[in-house]
Amino acid sequence: MLRLEKRPQPSQVWTYLTPLLAVVITMIMGAALFAALGKDPVAAITTIFWEPLFGEFAFYYRPQLLIKGAPLVLIAIGLSLGFRAGIWNIGAEGQYIIGALTGAGVGLAFYPMESWVIFPLMVLAGAFGGWIWAMIPAVLKLRFGTNEILVSLMLVYVAEKLLAAMALGLMKNPEGMGFPGSRNLRQYDSAHNAELITGSGMHWGVVAAMIAVIFAYILLNRHILGYHIRLTGQAPRAARFAGVRPARLVLFCLGTSGALAGLAGMFEVAGPAGQVSIDFNVGYGFTAIIVAFLGRLHPVGILLAGLLMALTYIGGELAQSNLGLPAAAIQLFQGMLLFFLLAVDVLTNYRIRLSRPEVA
Amino acid sequence: MEFGSINPVLLLASLMVAATPILLAALGELVVERAGVLNLGVEGMMIIGAICGFAVAVNTGSPVLGFVAAAGGGALLSLLFAILTQFALANQVASGLALTLFGLGLSALLGQGYVGIKPPPIGKLDIPLLGDIPLLGPVLFSHDLMVYFGLTLVVAIWAMLKYSRAGLVLRAVGENHDAAHALGYKVVRIRVLAILFGGACAGLGGAYISLIRVPQWTEGMTAGAGWIALALVVFASWKAGRVLLGAWIFGGVTVLQLNLQAAGIAIPVEYLSMSPYLITILVLVIMSADRSRAPASLGRIFHASQ
Repeated sequence: MLRLEKRPQPSQVWTYLTPLLAVVITMIMGAALFAALGKDPVAAITTIFWEPLFGEFAFYYRPQLLIKGAPLVLIAIGLSLGFRAGIWNIGAEGQYIIGALTGAGVGLAFYPMESWVIFPLMVLAGAFGGWIWAMIPAVLKLRFGTNEILVSLMLVYVAEKLLAAMALGLMKNPEGMGFPGSRNLRQYDSAHNAELITGSGMHWGVVAAMIAVIFAYILLNRHILGYHIRLTGQAPRAARFAGVRPARLVLFCLGTSGALAGLAGMFEVAGPAGQVSIDFNVGYGFTAIIVAFLGRLHPVGILLAGLLMALTYIGGELAQSNLGLPAAAIQLFQGMLLFFLLAVDVLTNYRIRLSRPEVA
Repeated sequence: MEFGSINPVLLLASLMVAATPILLAALGELVVERAGVLNLGVEGMMIIGAICGFAVAVNTGSPVLGFVAAAGGGALLSLLFAILTQFALANQVASGLALTLFGLGLSALLGQGYVGIKPPPIGKLDIPLLGDIPLLGPVLFSHDLMVYFGLTLVVAIWAMLKYSRAGLVLRAVGENHDAAHALGYKVVRIRVLAILFGGACAGLGGAYISLIRVPQWTEGMTAGAGWIALALVVFASWKAGRVLLGAWIFGGVTVLQLNLQAAGIAIPVEYLSMSPYLITILVLVIMSADRSRAPASLGRIFHASQ
């Protein structure tokens, strides 16, 4: 009979191995899924994971890796801080939308003036929008003890409705001939989050993501606040005795993750997306949850996991057009990854022992 | 704008219908949480129930079989959650989120061929004499079977938790799993059964949306109903009777805002449709002051070490 025995310390080896194991299992199960859908499993897996990087048109897809990876990494870094401390912000999608709205709003307000200050102002506005949206669950949690999971999630739906209202109303392009959606910020130089190096996919959002990774690493490993975050997650009681103030952590973790998600939204709307439209958000805020866990809530891990998830997005689109794989199959594939990750995670904290039934 | 076009009797009647999906899902989650497990995957189980019920009902022509399949589908998905949290001892919050993400993806995949189809209609249960009472008749006594099933379930769960031995054991497991284990109760087995029951209820709730309330299949059609159901359990302080009250309030808000949209009030549709979510937050704020009612072992991992 199989029996679980708790390890005195989480296993170092398995901490690194479990994400890889989860990816491998997901690939195998994904291949089985694609086969069940009547597609060649090997072709599907290579289309998703190999073609975008080393295939014939890799020069086109590689920049996409940064474009799709940047928002994922940016959001996931913020989420990971809270997740470590047991503060669950799962409404990053909403903060992402609000960041895009405030950022784009500032840009559109200045139209058609050209000035170098506009883009930095938009960046600030985007971060502020996400921060404010995340402050709602934070303040409600501190003031009334409201569950931040439910409030932050409810606010995603509110943000989606607000996005629709803005795309159809206040921010609608007056020269858009009645079509929903704002002016295209890509045609407005001062507000355009342009590629920094042509053909690389590198834009300001990628830079911000890199900075976030570095800062999160320093925070968690070298700063007392990062230590408090880790302590609260691992031993809440001990943390309180050590003088950690939970209220400050809640404000900091939710605020930071909101601001980063807002930034991600702002960079997306000013660059790759270009305009505020009803279907602007594509679920980065939720996929980032998978990225955060897959990266083991570690900044460097998140960077790698973000790139991997970006690859599944790009490869998924490719498989959609080349093999006719349904879009939902990719969504399911990403969901499976989190599932298997959580399942194999048991190996990190527990040892599996074979035991005979004991004779009393 | 004409408020006169809103008929209060029809409003109350459709309130009962609008409340049923979240009522069913919340009742299931209530049992799960009373057993000490926090399953945040209600949204995922509902949407799976919605597509399973829809697909089976369309293919067999029988809505009843559809509902049976929905309960089965929801329970099957919740089994994954049970394996993760009860056997692999994974974090319940993360596992619940995983369940929702997975369920949304799977339902979109399963539902590809079903967009734009009408499901077979379900007969209304017109109770002969009672249904003819003015006012009360249309409000209370002329609904489909599932509305009454939901109401029966409220009473059944209330009685089960309060008076039966099984209910006592379930609550013991939820309040203190170590003590329950020491008394010889099978904590894991009881929790797995509770999770499966919760999954089946959420599945029924989802199928109610796709088969009766809307009735058609669109991707992500539950639109947060599962999360509202989770909020409802907190609102109800983990009591079955108050889940019903809460479901009616939310049903009422939903129906009222839909009616206001139809009446052509000057507020844009987008702002009106925010109201159920905003009301949920408001209610959570009001109810969260009293957290003493939450099962003591809620969300904690149980590992029997010798």
